[in-house]
Order: sequence, then structure tokens, then C-alpha cells
Amino acid sequence: MRTPLFFLMWLGIAAVVFGLALSSGNDYVFFAGYVVLQYVVLSTAWNILGGYCGYVNFGSAAFFALGAYSTVAIYKFITENEFYRLPMPVLILIGGAVSGLVGFGMGYLTLRLRGAFFAIATLALAVVLQTLIVNWDFVGGSRGAYILRPEEVPLIGSYIKYLFLVMLLLAVAALVIARLIERSRLGYGFATIRDDELAAEASGVPTLKLKLIATTISGALMGMAGAPFPYYIGYLQPSSTFGLDYAVNSIAMPLIGSVAARGLTTDQLSSRIAGLLRQGYVRDPHVAVEVEAYRPFFILGEVTQPGQYPYVANMTVETAVAIAGGFTPRGYKREVIISRNYGNQAYRFKTPITAQIQPGDTIQVEERWF
Amino acid sequence: MIFSFDLLVNAIVSGILIGGFYAAVTSGVSLSFGILDIVNIAHPAFIILGSYVAYIANATFGIDPIIAAIIATPLFYVLGAVIYQVYYVAFEKRGQESLRGLAFFFGLLFITEVTLVLYFGVDYRYVDARYIGPTLHLGMIDVPLRILVPFLVSLLLIAVLQLILTRTFIGRAIMAVAQDQLALRLMAVDPVRIKRIAFGISIATASLAGAFLIIIQPVEPSVGREYIGRVFAICVLGGMGSLPGTVIAAMLLGIVESLTATFYGPSWAPAVSFGFLLLTLAVRPAGLLGR
Repeated sequence: MRTPLFFLMWLGIAAVVFGLALSSGNDYVFFAGYVVLQYVVLSTAWNILGGYCGYVNFGSAAFFALGAYSTVAIYKFITENEFYRLPMPVLILIGGAVSGLVGFGMGYLTLRLRGAFFAIATLALAVVLQTLIVNWDFVGGSRGAYILRPEEVPLIGSYIKYLFLVMLLLAVAALVIARLIERSRLGYGFATIRDDELAAEASGVPTLKLKLIATTISGALMGMAGAPFPYYIGYLQPSSTFGLDYAVNSIAMPLIGSVAARGLTTDQLSSRIAGLLRQGYVRDPHVAVEVEAYRPFFILGEVTQPGQYPYVANMTVETAVAIAGGFTPRGYKREVIISRNYGNQAYRFKTPITAQIQPGDTIQVEERWF
Repeated sequence: MIFSFDLLVNAIVSGILIGGFYAAVTSGVSLSFGILDIVNIAHPAFIILGSYVAYIANATFGIDPIIAAIIATPLFYVLGAVIYQVYYVAFEKRGQESLRGLAFFFGLLFITEVTLVLYFGVDYRYVDARYIGPTLHLGMIDVPLRILVPFLVSLLLIAVLQLILTRTFIGRAIMAVAQDQLALRLMAVDPVRIKRIAFGISIATASLAGAFLIIIQPVEPSVGREYIGRVFAICVLGGMGSLPGTVIAAMLLGIVESLTATFYGPSWAPAVSFGFLLLTLAVRPAGLLGR
């Protein structure tokens, strides 16, 4: 089959798939289908290096995450500077460029490393990249980053349909690229590397150049698959993005929709989410809920630096005072006054400094008499 | 950054101690990957399995985790021998060990992990022993017994392994398999049998390493993933299959990680150690004490 025909055929198949998904009238199809298509792109990309050239890459999750994080970085930059929001295809191109660049760098590793050694080096590369992202506060560091996706897209409808369509086209593009490579001089060159690199080198195949092309294309495609991911998942975190085992979470998240958390403790909330997941989606869900940021507490009176500070779990008056720079020489160190709201009622009471405080408390440190 | 001599000495000491533990974790991989050229990426999963065996023995019978692990080594040896047999028949014999063998061990890794998750859940488990908790104070150096005990037993384990490899017939045959299988066959020794024994020993060390791990830190099924990279890093750094090299590399890595964690924060530690590995691979792929 000729390549243009091949392209048209897949475009036709893509149109049919999209039409079928639309006719189901259920957004779940789009959520699940997106993940499938994403893996189509990822595995096609992996195959360009692993299958055609025979170099096993264990760092595919890292390239995927690089694409995702370049989107997050752009998102943060745009929201902070109030720039014009970039359309998704541009984000995909940027994500692909970033990952492609790293892929190009990885290509130089193939100069000396083959087989298992190359695989281990890619593993190490993934860990180094993950550590860099974990320590980069601008994109959320280890806490992760939230992305708000637009509700609607003109002409298409809900945003997930748009994402699905984008990923569908990307999958077609990836398949066509792979096909083009397979049928060209490039593909034959890759095959010679896979079969016998030394013999290929000896017969004049420019192996390094070909390997660099393979790592760059493969990395770029993986990055492109990752670029729309933050908009799909809404919350990105290094350990799960670099682990590539979010498949379950990403489907579970849109399934249960929003859960009202107001007035619940973390335990109550986790059992409520588990209950929702158990309704036919997950057999034995384990849900852990943690508070990412508490309301601040306020401290005033005889401390060195009165003001508003972030609350940390299990805080006592003593630690609160320590955070505020300690007592002034005139501060009364035995008891303090705490103002606290229960429901709509405000209370004020005296308490020893070993007492626990809660988010939103106002601590007043009094003066000594003597 | 406040530089303090106390902090520096303590960081180096804890790096050496944790390095001893890394050496025990890596010794199995040095045998399988370093000597036999079997990319057993599932080794950390077997270590976690060892942790759980120690945990079960400790929780139900109150046996000391290290003694439990020593009792369990024959079981692990048999497990290793069986796995090698399957691997040999399915992949090595057909000359497909490189890529498909890797996928096979990847699969083993996930199966072990998921089985543990299904049986024990994802909660962290820990063991009780008298040496967990107290700390030795030697001048300005603090040595937690929880790390010192695994360190000492690790060194013992590696010394025993080294003695087996250099002094016994089987050990010398294992070293010979790495060099020339055909020659071994000409000497009327079955290389497959020798490799099976070596792989069994390699998995048997995972039992002990698992007990050390659960003594040092609480364990849940996917903790092993953190060690995949580290273990192979140490193995390559140490020069593939050289046990003294493994010990030196493990301690180097331990010290580098501990210094980074102390002076720049723990979140930077992996980047430094793996950057170190990338550098070694790029500059001297033979490792420190390479063959």
C-alpha cells in the first residue's frame, strides 16, 4: 500500500472511531479512549528506537513526563504573566521539541553503550530528570501542580472530546511517521543497526547519525503524547507521572465526578470517595486523603514576629510561638488566649502553651506582670 | 549553608553503613547480571518478598528477622533455580535472552509486586527486634543499631559469598561460566547446571537483603522500585560481578547520597547518585574494578 493511501485509510478509521464515540453519548468513552490512544502513540514511539534499532529505552515515562511538564511550565508562566493562552497543538509541538532535545542528548549515550547497559543508562536518565522536576518549585515540585481546563471548546463541545480528537490525530500522525520510516532508507539503516551494528558501520552506514535521528524522533513523539496529559488529568505529580502507572487513577478521577468535602474529616472524606469508587468501578479501593494546605493561624501580642503563618498538622501553641520568632522578653509564658470559631460562634479561652491549636486560630500572647 | 564538622563525619559514617546494606542488596545482582549476564530487573521485587517473609515470621512466631531470613534462604534458592530453569528453556536456549528476557523479568517484577499488594495491601509493614530503636553514641558519632546490625551481617554475607566464589569448586566454576562456557563444557562441567546454582544463590541473597531492608525501614510492596536503578548503578560502578568492587561502589554511592542528603536535602540525592552512574557509563563503562 502506498503511504498517502495508508494515511487516508487511518484518517478514515479515525473519523469512524470519533463518530462511534460521539454516538455513544457518554463522556466515559472519551476518558477511557484517550488513555488507549495515548498508549498507541507511546508504544509507536518506543518502537521506533526499541523495535527498529534494537535499543531498549526504559525511560519512556520520563519523556512522557517531560512533555507533560513543559505544558505545566507554560501554563504556570501564562497564568502568572496573564499572557494569551496557547492552543493545544502548539503545546504539543513545544512538548515534543523539549523531549526531542533530551532524546537527542540520550542518543549520544549510544556511542558507548549497548544492550542492557543502554537500558540501565536510560533508567538512570529518567531518575535524574525526575529529581530535577521534584526540585523545581515553579512547576509544583513534589507537591504537584493543578491545571484548570476550560469547560467548553467551540464546535466540538466538552473539553474531553477535544482532547480525545487531538490524541486521535496524534495517533494517526505517529502511525504514519512510523510507516514512513519503515519504508525509507532510514528504516533500512535502522534495521542494519539492529541486526549487526559493527557490520553496518563497516559497510558505511552512518550509525551514529541514524541513532541520533531515532532517539530524537522517538523522544519527541513521547513528549507529544505527554503534552496534553496535564489538561486531561487536572493534577500532575512527579512520582505518578514518571511512574506511568496512573492508568487507574486517571480513569477513576472523572468517573466519580466531584465529591463534596466541606465539613468532613480526612477519614470521612476518604471513606466517602472509597464508597463512590466501590459503586461498580473499583473492587477494593484504598483511598488516602491528606490535607495539602491548611488555613493559616494568626499570632499577636508578645512574640518577636506577630502575624499570619501557615498551619502545620498537630501544631501546639509552643511550636506556633517558636515559628513566630519566640516570646519577647516581656511575654507571659504560661498561658495564652486563643480565639476560635465553632460554626458561627466565636470563642475565646485561656490555655496552657502545650495545647494543640487548629487552623484559623488566633493566638494572643499576653504581657507579664513582673 | 552552615558547614559543621560533626555533620560531615556523621554523614560519612551513615553513608558507609547504608552502603554496606546497598552492597548486600547488590550482591545478588552482581551474581546474576555481573557474572551470568542475566538482566534480572526483578531482583528488588525478590528482596521485597524477602522482607515480607521476615515480616510474617516476625509477626506470627516472633523470630528475629535476620534468623528468619537465614532459615528462608533454601526456599529462595529453590525459587531462583526454578526461575532460571524457566528462563533458560524459554529464552536463553533460543538465543532470545536480551530483549525478551528483559521483558520476562519485568513481568516477574510486576507479578510479584501485585501478588504482594493483593495479599498484604499497600500499608507499610515493619518488624520488631531488640536492636531496632537504640543508638550507639561514640563521641560525636551516632550509630543507630538498626543500621549497624544489617551493615555487619551484610559484610559477613559478602565475605562468605567471596569465599564460596574463590575457594570452592562450584564457585570457581561460576566464575568460569562468565568467561567461557564452551571451555567449561570441554572440562565436562554442565554450564546450565552451574548457572542454575549461581542464580539460585543470587536469589537466596535477596532473602537476607529483604530482612535488612525491613529492619532499616518500613516496607510496602512497591518500595523495591526505588532500588532497581540504584542496584544496577552499583553493579555497573563496581565493575560487573566483582564483589569487592560492589562493596566499594556501594559505600561510595552511600556516602555521596548521604552527603547530598545532609547538605542539599534528601530530594537531590537520587540525581547525584544517578548522575554519577551516567558519568561512569559514559567515561568508564568497565566500572571501578572492571574485568
